Amino acid sequence: MRFLSSLINGVSLGSVYAIIALGYTMVYGIAKMLNFAHGDVIMVGAYITFIVMNNAGLPVWLAIILSVIVCTALGIIVEKMAYKPLRNAASPLAVLITAIGVSYLLQNLALLIFGPNTKQFTSVVNFSSIKLFDGKVIIQDETVVNIVLCIIIMICLTLFVNKTKAGQAMLAVSEDKGAAQLMGINVNGTIALTFAIGSGLAAIAGVLMCSAYPTLTPYTGSMPGIKAFVAAVLGGIGSIPGAFLGGILLGVIEILGKTYISTQLGDAIVFSMLIIVLLVKPTGILGKNIQEKV
Amino acid sequence: MKKFNKVIGLSLVMAMLAGTVTACGSSSDNAGQNTQTDSTNDGADVSSDGTAVWKIGGIGPLTGGNAIYGQAAMNGAQIAIDEINAAGGINGYQIVFNPQDDETDNDKSINAYNTLKDWGMQILMGSVTSGCCTAVSDYAVEDNLFLLTPSASSVTSITYDNAFRVCFSDPNQGVGAADYIADNGLATKVAVIYDNSDVYSTGIYDKFAAEAAAKGLEIVSAESFNADNKTDFSVQLAAAKDAGADLVFLPIYYSEASLILAQAASMEYAPTFFGCDGMDGILTMENFDTSLAEGVILLTPFAADATDDLTVKFVSTYQDKFGETPNQFAADGYDAIYIIKAALEKSGATPDMSVSDICEAMKTAMLEITVDGLTGTGITWSADGEPSKAPRAVEIVDGVYKAIQ
Repeated sequence: MRFLSSLINGVSLGSVYAIIALGYTMVYGIAKMLNFAHGDVIMVGAYITFIVMNNAGLPVWLAIILSVIVCTALGIIVEKMAYKPLRNAASPLAVLITAIGVSYLLQNLALLIFGPNTKQFTSVVNFSSIKLFDGKVIIQDETVVNIVLCIIIMICLTLFVNKTKAGQAMLAVSEDKGAAQLMGINVNGTIALTFAIGSGLAAIAGVLMCSAYPTLTPYTGSMPGIKAFVAAVLGGIGSIPGAFLGGILLGVIEILGKTYISTQLGDAIVFSMLIIVLLVKPTGILGKNIQEKV
Repeated sequence: MKKFNKVIGLSLVMAMLAGTVTACGSSSDNAGQNTQTDSTNDGADVSSDGTAVWKIGGIGPLTGGNAIYGQAAMNGAQIAIDEINAAGGINGYQIVFNPQDDETDNDKSINAYNTLKDWGMQILMGSVTSGCCTAVSDYAVEDNLFLLTPSASSVTSITYDNAFRVCFSDPNQGVGAADYIADNGLATKVAVIYDNSDVYSTGIYDKFAAEAAAKGLEIVSAESFNADNKTDFSVQLAAAKDAGADLVFLPIYYSEASLILAQAASMEYAPTFFGCDGMDGILTMENFDTSLAEGVILLTPFAADATDDLTVKFVSTYQDKFGETPNQFAADGYDAIYIIKAALEKSGATPDMSVSDICEAMKTAMLEITVDGLTGTGITWSADGEPSKAPRAVEIVDGVYKAIQ
């Protein structure tokens, strides 16, 4: 019984990681870039939703749409200003470090604009929770919504990438930028579109994360962002189903580790997973090992 | 043309140098004296019209997750200062108060301390939180500056002999909590959820565990979280629930407590929650559903609904001035100023004495005074800086604190 409820708590936590990891994996798969500022775009999305819902009093669906629009715009702006100029930089580390810089910038801008007082987020999900075994095991309504949404987004993304022209362009750009450009694909536009979609997803992830864990500060996105990155690596970075699998798996590992080993070692266990995965199977569970033939 | 440019450049450089040398005259003196403990500069603390004033500095979290405490302490202190100034000041001198924000961050607290020193602070009321007070006290002792913390409850916060406190310390809180639970028969099986990255939380927990063992309380589950992981408490709550605890002791701050209450409610686990002074402020969190806090008990020596004259007057002044009911941190700030007044009056010190002399005088006076304040009657101090007064508890009923005897 304890194991079952821990498992369900793990899936609950993992579903939050999964949605965040989808954004990470998408951007890495297409633009070959780890956007460490992703966690903070999530935080911005949550804040916009909070402000629109609480201060302006607008309905939930409008708040979410506004938040997606703002985050998408933010993603495109950040890409144009911070990442594009460094696309041809000598070292691929330059973009990574810039991403960390953008992360701090977003955190401190949020600190300035929204203030550091903790805000209590009202959950946008309002169904009743599912009770099993006479109430001994409870599945939160947010968990169900998270998982369902995650699967829907996963399916939509896979369809988009494989069936539409813009999606195919993305695949082409990810394989070989130069060749794609020669074929007449607008590389800048495609990468901007990738970031736009990734950031739009981040907004949704922010709303769902804060519905499950209602405290909101400028630093709320930071740790879940890092853990979702670990989840994306675990599942296979660049693979969309891998992000989902990695997220859920990491959530379960974290909760089971905390329950049966020690609450104090929870984070240590999560990050040792990263090290183990990188040592044993660096491409992750669902990742493909692409050998370059010369 | 080149020679002309050279002449212009050279003359500009000379002008600049002349400017820095003259303008820097007074500030370089200050820069040198800030590192000495017996500088002559801080004796001449004057207000803008030239009369001597008492300069009291305040350090606390005015922004951030613990802003409720810092703002309350400064507000309470301001009310006391306004009252004292209106009645003629301390030993005939008016008080000027300068509250600084530390965002509950040790480094920022030290920066605030230095800012206040530059301003000419003679007495420090702060820091409000334990970790920051411990950090600042290392600097205050080097300057031999009198430090009175309204609410830092860790033992390490007042290790030096120039530091005293208004509130009860963590050992007292941990011991007091265990005693209260055992003596009032609130529960036999107790679970604890604490923050193991915070000196406040671990300090209370350690003493609580020891006293609980002595009093026959069974701690069936003791789980922790840390500063990076304070959003998901499902594991800790599940452990408490499975162990059959009917009381969960939470020696933590209100932001995390609010999440624990919400998560316990959604897992349909309804034990009695018992907190310490860090729980205070939970009712004033923006957008918090206060029905979740129904039945929570917390240790606090101040209850706004108490009926004694001093409390009633303080509460109504605070409500008029700041638009909300004061919490115990406001009461701590208020009492801190009155304690400083009592010590200064006992010692007969004046603002033209040096910071170090004022401190020495106050150190002796603190051991001789007895203060009746909002947070206790007949409060006295011992040389280790600890006050002696008894902890009381309040329960949250219908979204407000209700004193329990």
